Amino acid sequence: MKKLVSLLLALIMVLSCSFALAEADGKLTIWTWDPTFNIAAMKTAAEMYNAEHPEVEIVIEEIQSTDIEQKISTAVTGGDMSVLPDIYLNQDNSFQRSLYNFPEAMLDLTGKFDFANFGAGKLAYSMLDGKNYGVPFDAGTVVGAYRTDYLAEAGYTIEDLTDITWTRFLEIGRDVKAKTGRPMLTGEAGAVDTVLIMLQSCGASMFNEDGSVNLVNNEPLKAVLDIYNTMVIEGIFVEVNSWDEFIGTLTNESCVGTIQGCWILGTILSQPNQAGKWAMTNIPALEGVENATHYSNNGGSSWAIVPGTDEELAIDFMQLYTNVEFYNTILPTTSAIATYAPAKEGSNYAAGNEFFNGEPIFATIVEYTAQVPSNITGTYYYDARDALATAKTNIINGGDITSELQTAEDTVNFTMGF
Amino acid sequence: MNNTAPAPRKRPFLTVARKQNLAGWFFLAPAALLIFYFSFYPMFRAFLNSLMTGRPTALAYSDPLIRNYQFMVKDKVFIQSVTNTLTYLIIQVPIMLILAVIFATLLNNRDLKFRGLFRTCIFLPCATGLVAYSMIFRTLFTYDGMINAVLLKLGFIKEAINWLNDPTTAKAVIIIGLIWRWTGYNMIFYLSAMQGIDYSIYEAARIDGANQAQQLLKITIPLLKPIILVTAIMSTNGTLQLFDESVNLTNGGPANATITMSHYIYNTMFRKNPNFGYAAAMSFVILIMVAVLAAIQMKVGDKR
Repeated sequence: MKKLVSLLLALIMVLSCSFALAEADGKLTIWTWDPTFNIAAMKTAAEMYNAEHPEVEIVIEEIQSTDIEQKISTAVTGGDMSVLPDIYLNQDNSFQRSLYNFPEAMLDLTGKFDFANFGAGKLAYSMLDGKNYGVPFDAGTVVGAYRTDYLAEAGYTIEDLTDITWTRFLEIGRDVKAKTGRPMLTGEAGAVDTVLIMLQSCGASMFNEDGSVNLVNNEPLKAVLDIYNTMVIEGIFVEVNSWDEFIGTLTNESCVGTIQGCWILGTILSQPNQAGKWAMTNIPALEGVENATHYSNNGGSSWAIVPGTDEELAIDFMQLYTNVEFYNTILPTTSAIATYAPAKEGSNYAAGNEFFNGEPIFATIVEYTAQVPSNITGTYYYDARDALATAKTNIINGGDITSELQTAEDTVNFTMGF
Repeated sequence: MNNTAPAPRKRPFLTVARKQNLAGWFFLAPAALLIFYFSFYPMFRAFLNSLMTGRPTALAYSDPLIRNYQFMVKDKVFIQSVTNTLTYLIIQVPIMLILAVIFATLLNNRDLKFRGLFRTCIFLPCATGLVAYSMIFRTLFTYDGMINAVLLKLGFIKEAINWLNDPTTAKAVIIIGLIWRWTGYNMIFYLSAMQGIDYSIYEAARIDGANQAQQLLKITIPLLKPIILVTAIMSTNGTLQLFDESVNLTNGGPANATITMSHYIYNTMFRKNPNFGYAAAMSFVILIMVAVLAAIQMKVGDKR
């Protein structure tokens, strides 16, 4: 039975693939993953492009980012590039990994696209040996978004959470938890998003400049894990088991707020019944850590073009990503903060957002973006991330920070030793 | 042929037996070639890959050749994944097979009403997709999920259990899921084998005063032995290759406490910095483990 089913599936796949061959067919296929965010942005781009080129068919397929990476890997190693789309989105954090391992699926865009007006920090994610392989899309600038009604219940305002330290955040969190019964923040148990957000806010990374792993002697990381651990143990931060559950804590109104990349605003804005109840500010800074700031980055992604017969068309289409009007159009619905500098002149960036009580949140995020310290990723980013996630879980279950980080560092060094 | 003059009588090249043999090979060839190309050749290539290292599209033989295998012994995550998988195997397979025999015995009773309905109910989980049921189990066992709600309401527990965030309970959830999904599948094997056991044997036993338990232990199980052996091998094999549950139910967590060997191989191939050679080496170790365990079971179980 299982075999029959897989045979049928294989047949269907073969058939569907033969229809999606990347021939010069005047058709663009795009792989990307978030319906409220990058898919919505690409739909707008497709509409704008079709207004001038009605003959071009643009197909946008929703595929999770990890699945995109896997499909690229199987297509390239299998030697059949025809199953790949013309354009796909790649997480900035794994761009170097894709570029190093599967350069066959990334067109060298140097000289074919105007990169002059993108920030150097953002471009670095998609560059190798001085060549550009990605069209930068969104910034993952981190914001702190909180429910003002719950804060008010405990006697706080959004100002109380602005420009504070994590120590102060813990105090407020304890108080809010006691008075409202709600956790301040939520996150995925198996992930380290929050830990890495806090880490990057003081300009630190999981790697050294030379690419070697830096966990056990990483003082900011230890401080971060200490605070994170305290938050989880005291119930100020509730860990859930999956991403869907995490999104659920926001949409079901079971937590006070979130500290996350600004793309999370797409989810918040999609809940009209919560309009007017949210406020946004910067994130707490680490105390006693060098270079600590109130700004960080999580996520963010860049578009890659698959070398092939439709590449000219794809490059022509991607020119929209230097179009201020395009960025301005997608901003209110997707909250995709452009990394294209002139986009900030668009009228929607300065406009107040009704959902956030008329606050010009996007202009604020642009201000934050300019102050985000950069981080180091590299091709072993996910290895380190997984190892750190294991360490984090063990620390919460009573493990010692230094020895758990030592194990994590050994694990990454082990993989790098191949 | 026979007009070539006075030669000694040569046997014609195509005798009847050879002709039939050739026809047989002719019909077998397409399937055999396909199996060879799609099954055996990849296995051989995978073995070669397991001796290689480097970037996925530029693999080169490692030095020494068995370097990937040497690394495995030192890889803590791999060892943990082996331990996890063996834990599942040791706990889940016996429970499942015993339950399957019990269910099969109960449902084989001719006096039982609605037998068809019960059979269908127990077999039905096998019709669900592995990913689908894993995700439903994850939803059931979340912190504010149905299981916690029911247990709290009935007063069995005082505080909600974070099932999937504790190494022991997370493993337990996977085992419960596996038992739910596969017991009916094995039961069907036993049920069909039981159709081959003459009912008069049971009648005779009953006349001699044997109770239900004695009938099960002295008649059913000995007669089912070959099929129990088959299901045991299949279950062992299946458990060692466990993947869907680990990925979709717990995502290997918390802290790799539930990660299976196949899941770790997948991570090595696709999630982390891809290391195809090491992944191939690990799959070969699974192959050897399956072969060894199956051999042991054959040796122990088959006393014909």
